[in-house]
Parts: sequence; structure tokens; C-alpha cells
Amino acid sequence: MTKKLERPMIKVEGLTKRFTLHQHGGARIGVFGGLDLEVKKGECVVLAGASGMGKSTLIRCVYGNYLTSGGSVKILHDGAEVDLAGATPQTILDIRRRTMGYVSQFLRVIPRVSTLQLVMEPLLENGVSAEEAEARARAMLASLKLPEAHWSLPPATFSGGEQQRVNIARSFVREYPILLLDEPTASLDAANRGIVVDLIKAALAKGSAMIGIFHDESVREAAATRFFEIESYKTAA
Amino acid sequence: MTTQAPPLLRVNRVSKWFGEIVGCRNVSFDLHPGEILGVVGESGSGKTTLLRCLSGKLEPTSGGAEFLSKRHGPVDIFQLGEQDRRRLQREEWGFVHQNPRDGLRMRVSGGANVAEPLMSLGGRHYGQMRRATTDWLERVELDISRVDHKPRNFSGGMQQRIQIARNLIHQPRLVFMDEPTGGLDVSVQARLLDLLRELVRDLQLSAIIVTHDMGVARLMADRLLVMKNGDVVETGLTDQVLDDAQHPYTQLLVSSVLQL
Amino acid sequence: MSVQPTAQAELTAPLYNFAYLDEQTKRMIRRTILKAIAIPGYQVPFGSREMPVPYGWGTGGIQVTASIIGRSDVFKCIDQGADDTTNAVSIRRFFAKIAEVAVTESTAEATIIQTRHRIPEKDLQEGQVMVFQVPQPEPLRGLEPRETETRAMHAYEEYGLQYVSLYESVSAYRRIAATASYPVIVDERYLMSPSPIPKFDNPKLHMSPALMLFGAGREKRIYAVPPYTRVRSLDFEDYPFETQRWDDVCALCGAEESYLDEVVLDDQGNRMFVCSDSNHCGERRAEGHVGPMADHALAGATS
Ligand SMILES: Nc1ncnc2c1ncn2[C@@H]1O[C@H](COP(=O)(O)OP(=O)(O)OP(=O)(O)O)[C@@H](O)[C@H]1O
Ligand SMILES: Nc1ncnc2c1ncn2[C@@H]1O[C@H](COP(=O)(O)OP(=O)(O)OP(=O)(O)O)[C@@H](O)[C@H]1O
Ligand SMILES: [Mg+2]
Ligand SMILES: [Mg+2]
Repeated sequence: MTKKLERPMIKVEGLTKRFTLHQHGGARIGVFGGLDLEVKKGECVVLAGASGMGKSTLIRCVYGNYLTSGGSVKILHDGAEVDLAGATPQTILDIRRRTMGYVSQFLRVIPRVSTLQLVMEPLLENGVSAEEAEARARAMLASLKLPEAHWSLPPATFSGGEQQRVNIARSFVREYPILLLDEPTASLDAANRGIVVDLIKAALAKGSAMIGIFHDESVREAAATRFFEIESYKTAA
Repeated sequence: MTTQAPPLLRVNRVSKWFGEIVGCRNVSFDLHPGEILGVVGESGSGKTTLLRCLSGKLEPTSGGAEFLSKRHGPVDIFQLGEQDRRRLQREEWGFVHQNPRDGLRMRVSGGANVAEPLMSLGGRHYGQMRRATTDWLERVELDISRVDHKPRNFSGGMQQRIQIARNLIHQPRLVFMDEPTGGLDVSVQARLLDLLRELVRDLQLSAIIVTHDMGVARLMADRLLVMKNGDVVETGLTDQVLDDAQHPYTQLLVSSVLQL
Repeated sequence: MSVQPTAQAELTAPLYNFAYLDEQTKRMIRRTILKAIAIPGYQVPFGSREMPVPYGWGTGGIQVTASIIGRSDVFKCIDQGADDTTNAVSIRRFFAKIAEVAVTESTAEATIIQTRHRIPEKDLQEGQVMVFQVPQPEPLRGLEPRETETRAMHAYEEYGLQYVSLYESVSAYRRIAATASYPVIVDERYLMSPSPIPKFDNPKLHMSPALMLFGAGREKRIYAVPPYTRVRSLDFEDYPFETQRWDDVCALCGAEESYLDEVVLDDQGNRMFVCSDSNHCGERRAEGHVGPMADHALAGATS
């Protein structure tokens, strides 16, 4: 009974994605087809598969960054399932603001905004008071061991690993119901990877639903509640 | 939150022909409160024509555009009489031109340029307007000791800041921008874009920004409209259009930019 | 003049029509004037004619006067406040000759007063007409060069822009520094330039019993303030309109409330202030008013 009532946070059904490269004589690249995937609260589904198999593409389809070529991607938002395929841009932006976070390998730097402000932003956007937002942002940056001297600076000049930690802080501080992680630990050292694993586990314990891609074996094993093999959905052109 | 609010602007099949030449053709879209729409496309694709039509500067050949006016409620911009349209432009809109010379009065000081919209809306207290002007010049990061200088004594980037202040001081609900950072060198452009982005977010403005620069579009716009030969060939979330372009023309546009 | 004008015309083929302009032109200008009176402060375009004097000599004012003047009128003309400057004397002679009217220097006696810079100090009366020679009728021109735009601003009563000039002035001088051509709102509707009188005279326009006609020859515009019309000088709440004031009185007649001209007397920096309205000053002296330098040589010259 209870199991039936718990609706998945992410429900991917029959998802197909292909690219048509008009620059190259209309060549079509089929990435995957008929893909089904459900992710529930507290689950971290780790995507497995060789390079170029479509792991990032799947995550981007779930985030609404890529359009779907067929099938549906349903997100539980405000207690209702929203199919991204038919959703308005406003709805997708609202889902991204309140329900679904995305951490990629790269931080899109906004040149003049300080690190602390960047991390506070997702909280402020969601109506958290400035005081609380700052306290939470400080705690998050401290737990990621980013030197405090950096906090008032825009991350433009930070090292790759430092920028990535800012990126992670931004997404985890918010406690999104859904988190999509595309190699968030790629340029981190072992100690920092361990911290990120702790963050992931804490978020799962609070009920987040996650899809992750991790290159690092140890992170993958530690974070995953289950693996998803993308290769079986591989399509030809 | 924005999902429930009705659109601020509903554009319905707007076309403009210059004789045989197409300016824009059958353009339709909704713009929501607080939303920033980018209009991209190559030179001559109709971006400026569309913007001029929507801002009431140019009469379209056909089509409608309904604006949710504070004063009038929903009104078709093109059906309004000239007097009401001018009032709408003055009270509820801003228009930032690519060339500050087109958007500023070059014969009066920078400060007076910024204060003019307040006077146009009935401001008659010098001291209050002076304070508001100084506040705004600070907000756009201009040296306020130069407030009484004529715009021609300012650099292009500074002139553009004055123009932006002039177009935001009366707290419009919708701002039209035609290549707001077009004629500026790259470092000045980056700072100005940052500033614009902050202001637009802080003031909960809606904006339509015309640009042929995909980087500007990525930084500023929530949503994009891609134009080619007067037609809208693709629309969508900015990151989706730029990362997963569908139309051959959009793919060409995106691929011709090295780094987004 | 016992001969009928028409008879004389037939006999001698005159060089010019009565009051110089042909009847058709006068009718056209009178229609323009009527429209101007009907819409106080509104600039009515008209087909300005070439006059036998250069622009800047007041061709607009001369055409207005020529169109309204009749044989029974008494004509006065002042340049600044004086009746005896070259310009004023020439224009007065011109009308004396071509319209055969009586001329005067007395404000009270005149039925038509043509002026360049002043409104006489003496209160005007019903039935009197002031004719102003206007170089630039459009108060917004300095701020907005496009005619289509200024026209729309008048049509829709969008006068915020005019305040920009006041704003500039306060920013630069901590007060509204404009002293002449100070813009006014006529009957709470049309923005008007009382060009080029000093702002000292602006209050005299307000509810005046006289008719005020403004003619701009080069710019081809006529506008009017009918008798008993409200005229308000623009200002800010915190910088209210003020007229010029002098610490001195008129050196010749002692007037305390008239518009004074400064006269430099020598290289030592000695100077005196005298009424700009020479007729007013002379009349006061005739009535026995005496200023601190009443014996000065100028007293003879201006009386
Ligand atoms: N925007 C795009 N346009 C065209 N083709 C794309 C696009 N994005 C991805 N692809 C193609 O889709 C396929 C899957 O790419 P994807 O990046 O999803 O792989 P991946 O599994 O994440 O690989 P890796 O492990 O190397 O990151 C590749 O062939 C790739 O070239
Ligand atoms: N007033 C006009 N009369 C005739 N043709 C016009 C007029 N205005 C624009 N056009 C034409 O309409 C088309 C669209 O012009 P528009 O200015 O809208 O292009 P744009 O997308 O803004 O280009 P750019 O990026 O170069 O500014 C062009 O072919 C242009 O020549
Ligand atoms: Mg990948
Ligand atoms: Mg253009």
C-alpha cells in the first residue's frame, strides 16, 4: 500500500533522443531510445556506461536542457507530475528554481557576484531570509573547506577545483527535492571527494532523489543506491 | 509563482512589410512578468523591426499585441490612440537604444537626462528628483560629481549607463533594449551586462533584448526567439536553444560562436 | 485729406495699400489672429510675408499690427522700454506713413503698443492691444529640435520636457536663472514663450485686461493671450517663480517697483539705475517724483 502511494520524483518513460546535425548534411545521431527510469525519494541512481553512451544527454533531458525526441520526462513538482515535453518555459524555470538542481562539471561564472552571494542566491530566490541564507551559505562553504578569504571574491579567478566546490555548494545548500549530478567531483582531490560523498549521503537521508554520473570508482560505490545501465537503450541512427 | 500570473505582453501574428521587403512576419509569443526574452538572429533578420513594432514606434502591417497596462488594463498597443500610446511609453516602458545618441538628449546634462522621465510623469519637486537622479547614477556606477556634464563629454560606456538609468528611474514594467552593449568594447560590455542583469533581476522587470551576440543572450535571457529573414524559426529556454538547437539556422548561429 | 482714398488710388496708382499689406494677406492674418485668440497660447501657423525690413526687426509684429490697425488707432512702439530708439522710431514712422495713424509715446493714450522686450509699467486697459515681436515662438525648441515631436507635445500637453530646462538651471545656479523668454502655461493648457520679455513682466500677462498678440515672422507663427486669461510661470515646488528685484530705486524718478536698466557712467565704476520704461519714468517725474540723481544729464535726454 505505502509503496504504491509513493510516487517517483522522476519518471522517464520511453525516452528517445537523437540529434540531427544540419551542419553535416542532416546526419542523425541516435543516442538512446525507449528508455524507462524511475527515481524515488532517497535514491541515488548512478548512470553507468562508456564514454559517449549518452549519460550526460539523459541528465540534460531530465533537466530540460535538451529536448526529447520521443517519450516523456515527468517531474514531481508541487505534488503534481509535470511532463517536461509539454511544459512551458516558465514552468521549467519554476521547476529549476524550486524542485530540481543541476551540478555540472563547470561553473558558469557570473563575474561580479561574490562567492558567498552566489551560494546564497538559490536560497534567496526561494524566499529564505537573508540572515538564514548567509548562515547556511557560510556553513556550506566551510564544510567544503573553501578558504574563507575567497568568500568575498567572485570565483572567476579560482582554480578548477575551487570553482567546482562553489558549484556544489550552490546546489546542495538549497536542499532540492531532485538533484542531477554530472561529474561533480571530476577535478577534486580525494579529501574533497569524500566531503562531497558526505553531502550526497546527507541529502539522500533528507529525501532527495538523485541521478548521478561519477567517474571516480570510490565515489560511485559510496553514493549509488543503484546503478542504471544506459547501454541497453542504445539505438542505431 | 510566475506560472499563474497572466502574461504581461501577448504578441499575436505581428507582421511588418516595407513594400516588398519583409521586416518581420507572423511573430507570436507571450512575455511574462519578470521574464527576459532575447531576440537573436543575423543582421537584417528583423529584430529591430519587431522591437520597434512592439514598442509602438512603428506601425505593423498586421497583427496585434496586448499589453497588460497598469493604467488601462489589457490594451492592444496598435489600437491605442497616439496620446495613450505615448503615455504608455512614458509611464510603463523603457527603451534602451544601441546608440546612446538616439536615446539621450545630447543638449542637456547627464543628470537632467536621467531626471526627465520623472518630470514627464509630473515630478515638480527639484530636490526630490535630484536625489532620485543621484541615487540612480550611483546605481549605474557613474561618478556623481559629473552629473551636470553634457553626455558628449562621457565615454560610450558611460553614455550607455546614463541611458539605462534614464530608462529605469521611473520603474517601468517593460524595457525594450536594442543591442544595449553593441557599440562598446568587450570589457566595458561585460561590466555593463552584469549591471543590467542585476538591475533587471532586482527590479523584477520584464525585458525584450535584441542582440546578435549569443553570449549576451546566454547571460541575460530566460528565453530566446531566433529570427531569420523576418520569421521566428525557433523559440525555447535560452540554454535549451543554445545547447540543443533544432533549426538548421540556429545550429549555424550557435556553431559560429566559439565559446558560449 | 479730403480726397476719398479710393478716388485717390484710382488717380495716382499708390505704391502700397493701406497699412502696406494687401487686403487678402490682412484677411488671412486676421483669421489667424482670431484662431489664436480662440485657443489661448496655441501657436497658429500663417503665411508670413516679406516685409520691407529685415527679419529680426520684428516682421512678425509688424504684420500683426498692419493687419489690425485702423485709421482711428493710436500707435506706440517701444524697443526695450524706450520709445526713442532707432528701431522704435522707424517702426512708428512706418505706421504713421502707411496707415496714417496718430502715434504716441504715452502708454495710456495708445490703442496698439508694439514691443520687442517690455510690457509697459503702467497697467494696461481694456481695449488696448499689445503686439509682441517674437524671434522664437517655440519654447521647447532648444530642447527638442524635431517639429513633429514638439507639435505632439503641445497636442497632448506633454510638458515635462520644459521642466528639464528649469532643472538644468537649478543644478547649475541653485536657482531658476532664466531672466527672459521665461516659459508660461496659458489658461492651464498651452505652454507658451512670452518671448522675449524679461520674466519681470510675466506677471503682467496674467489676467491682463488688454489683448496680447505675438507674431513670429521668420517662424511663421501667431499666438495670443486674450484679455483676462490665466498665465502661470513654470517653476518647482521648492524653487518657486520669482521676478527680478533691485536694491536700488530709479535714479531719476525714484520708482521702487519698475524694471531698472543699469547705466555705466564712467571708467571709475560709477553707475546708475534708471527705469527701462522711459515713458513711465518721464510721467513720474512730471508728477513730481524725484530720484537720488534727478539732476543728472540723462534726465533731460530721456524725458
Ligand atoms: N548538443 C549535442 N549535439 C549533438 N550531439 C550531441 C550533443 N550532446 C551530445 N551529443 C552526442 O550524444 C552522444 C552522447 O553524448 P553524452 O555527452 O551524453 O555522452 P556521455 O555518456 O556523457 O559521455 P562521457 O562519459 O564522455 O561524458 C555523443 O555521441 C555526443 O556526441
Ligand atoms: N524603414 C525601412 N524601410 C525599408 N526597409 C526596412 C526598413 N527598416 C528595416 N528594413 C528592412 O527590414 C529588414 C529587417 O531589418 P531590421 O533592422 O529589423 O534587422 P535587424 O535584425 O535589426 O538587423 P541588425 O542586426 O543588422 O540590426 C531588413 O531587410 C531591412 O533592410
Ligand atoms: Mg558526459
Ligand atoms: Mg537591428
